[in-house]
Amino acid sequence: MTVRDALNSAIDEEMSADPKVFLMGEEVGEYQGAYKITKGLLEKYGPDRVLDTPITEAGFTGIGVGAAYHGLKPIVEFMTFNFSMQAIDHIINSAAKSNYMSAGQISVPIVFRGPNGAAAGVGAQHSQCYAPWFASCPGLKVLAPYSSEDARGLMKAAIRDPDPVVFLENELLYGESFPVSAEVLDSSFCLPIGKAKIEREGKDVTITAFSKMVGYALKAAEILSKEGISAEVINLRSIRPLDRATINNSVRKTNRLVTVEEGFPQHGIGAEICASVVEDSFEYLDAAIERIAGADVPMPYAANLERLAVPQVEDIVRAAKRTCYRSSSLAATA
Amino acid sequence: MALSHLSSTRSNRLLRPLAAAASSLCRPISTSTEPLVIETSIPFTPHKCEPPSRSVETNPQELLTFFRDMATMRRMEIAADSLYKAKLIRGFCHLYDGQEAVCVGMEASINKKDCIITAYRDHCTFLGRGGTLLEIFSELMGRQGGCSKGKGGSMHFYKKESGFYGGHGIVGAQVPLGCGLAFAQKYNKDENVTFALYGDGAANQGQLFEALNISALWDLPIILVCENNHYGMGTAEWRAAKSPSYYKRGDYVPGLKVDGMDVLAVKQACKFAKEHVLKNGPIILEMDTYRYHGHSMSDPGSTYRTRDEISGVRQERDPIERVRKLVLGHDLATEKELKDIEKEIRKEVDEAIAKAKVSPMPEPSELFTNVYVKGFGTEVFHS
Repeated sequence: MTVRDALNSAIDEEMSADPKVFLMGEEVGEYQGAYKITKGLLEKYGPDRVLDTPITEAGFTGIGVGAAYHGLKPIVEFMTFNFSMQAIDHIINSAAKSNYMSAGQISVPIVFRGPNGAAAGVGAQHSQCYAPWFASCPGLKVLAPYSSEDARGLMKAAIRDPDPVVFLENELLYGESFPVSAEVLDSSFCLPIGKAKIEREGKDVTITAFSKMVGYALKAAEILSKEGISAEVINLRSIRPLDRATINNSVRKTNRLVTVEEGFPQHGIGAEICASVVEDSFEYLDAAIERIAGADVPMPYAANLERLAVPQVEDIVRAAKRTCYRSSSLAATA
Repeated sequence: MALSHLSSTRSNRLLRPLAAAASSLCRPISTSTEPLVIETSIPFTPHKCEPPSRSVETNPQELLTFFRDMATMRRMEIAADSLYKAKLIRGFCHLYDGQEAVCVGMEASINKKDCIITAYRDHCTFLGRGGTLLEIFSELMGRQGGCSKGKGGSMHFYKKESGFYGGHGIVGAQVPLGCGLAFAQKYNKDENVTFALYGDGAANQGQLFEALNISALWDLPIILVCENNHYGMGTAEWRAAKSPSYYKRGDYVPGLKVDGMDVLAVKQACKFAKEHVLKNGPIILEMDTYRYHGHSMSDPGSTYRTRDEISGVRQERDPIERVRKLVLGHDLATEKELKDIEKEIRKEVDEAIAKAKVSPMPEPSELFTNVYVKGFGTEVFHS
């Protein structure tokens, strides 16, 4: 099943099960979705529940949050999360903080979803990863699926959850196909929020990743295994809450850690994971933690520069080897 | 000064002086619900609609309730001023005295299934929706008995069960949120409406026009109410808005300009607006009102306007004085009876403050509650 179909089926099933769930965003209805994630839903649920909005993120996001205040369950799509910045006040100040400020009176059962991070050749304004910004905010839950199983299970969990959830998809993963079990295809399937998944077990080094980078980490693990290094790959699934227990248990077993993300390095997800491991499992570390992230530059357009600006499988392999004292030259770390 | 037209000779019964019986503070004065028709101070100014009539139907009981409610609000805000200066209220404190007629007139025309959402000048709006003085003072002083358990503060009062959705600190944000409430009401097929209140400062916010566009496209039962007190913090309306005719700013959306210091005009306009939006989609009401205090307790309010202007409005247009004159003019109560009501109110306010002052602060464990509805309170980030 492709990630696209996984998302579509999850949204479809939740809309069918709960009449309070509705969908809102640019081109989600008649256009069938800018990336076809919401294909067929307008026809099935009608224009009262699948709403095409004008290109006015601040306005329609505020409307979505207000509808959630009143008890409906909106799914608000951002065509990409770059456009969420137009509406970020509503995500943080109107949605995330309301349950706290009202001491539990006003809950906000809303899902903000859309593609996040780099695509291909879309340039600086359309390529940013927003995981670190949203994940630092108490009151939000932030999810990042990788596989079709993740997409189905986490989307259903997000829609059912009574709190505001930021759901970070990835455009380049939409077309990728993953095997899914009968359990995953069942309409009651749901994944827990706040639990990471160990995609590949290993004993020499822990590699954490989310979204598209999970695939890269798995490829890196394959290459490493041929060189005698057994890597444990953790698919975070949930950025907030972060599954500190799974990460720390893994590092206590392997004693080495490489964090991987596509976004900017400063104040990123890797920085948080590094701090958590240093706080909880310092004595277990046999090497400095390696942090792989995108280059600290706005995303360039030229294909060769773009390739240099995002992590590649080789970068993950090299970092893992460094933690195992197997790097070929000390100067390479510059 | 409102002109009053007594409808018929039966109203002569109302002109009979009320017997001066016991001097008990709690003696009800006139509970008569005999209709009384009173003209608004000035006619309504319409934009793309037919204005409602200037003749407003009311009754003695309602007028006395208006007096009591507005006097309570006035007393409460003045008391909050003192508490702030005594450092019992911290941070931001935005007072509503002068604007009481807007929320009181609105309440008279709607029910608790209609929704109200406003910005941070929300103490009186909350009281109007059924909040208590004790909850208000407790919240202002950060006590656990506050309406938000002490965790919200002055700008974050809510009462969801009576349709009050806050209490918002970011200028303009409450307008799209209010349109969302109206969306939900329409989605649920309630025959109810939402009033989203905002100031002349917020009226220039882009998100307001974005939400208004969507509301008009989708026919949402939303009433945008611009409480035009003529100053956005320290900036006068003519310095902030190219067009300060806020009731016309909806362009394709109809509007009405209302004397916001006349509680009967406000009531009439809100009644008209509710009927309108249930059939025709959004409308804008501009309430011409005034705040006696500065923007907040950090602002003296006199660096950008003259003391003469402030005292002029107090003398000519005060909403409570207007109702007092109506009540006395129609012999619905004596001056002493009204003063007794005010004394009673003062006592109620003082009692609520005294009780709130000795009430406990929130438990430290409350720091980590209500971050989420479901799970992950303290577990999210262990210290």
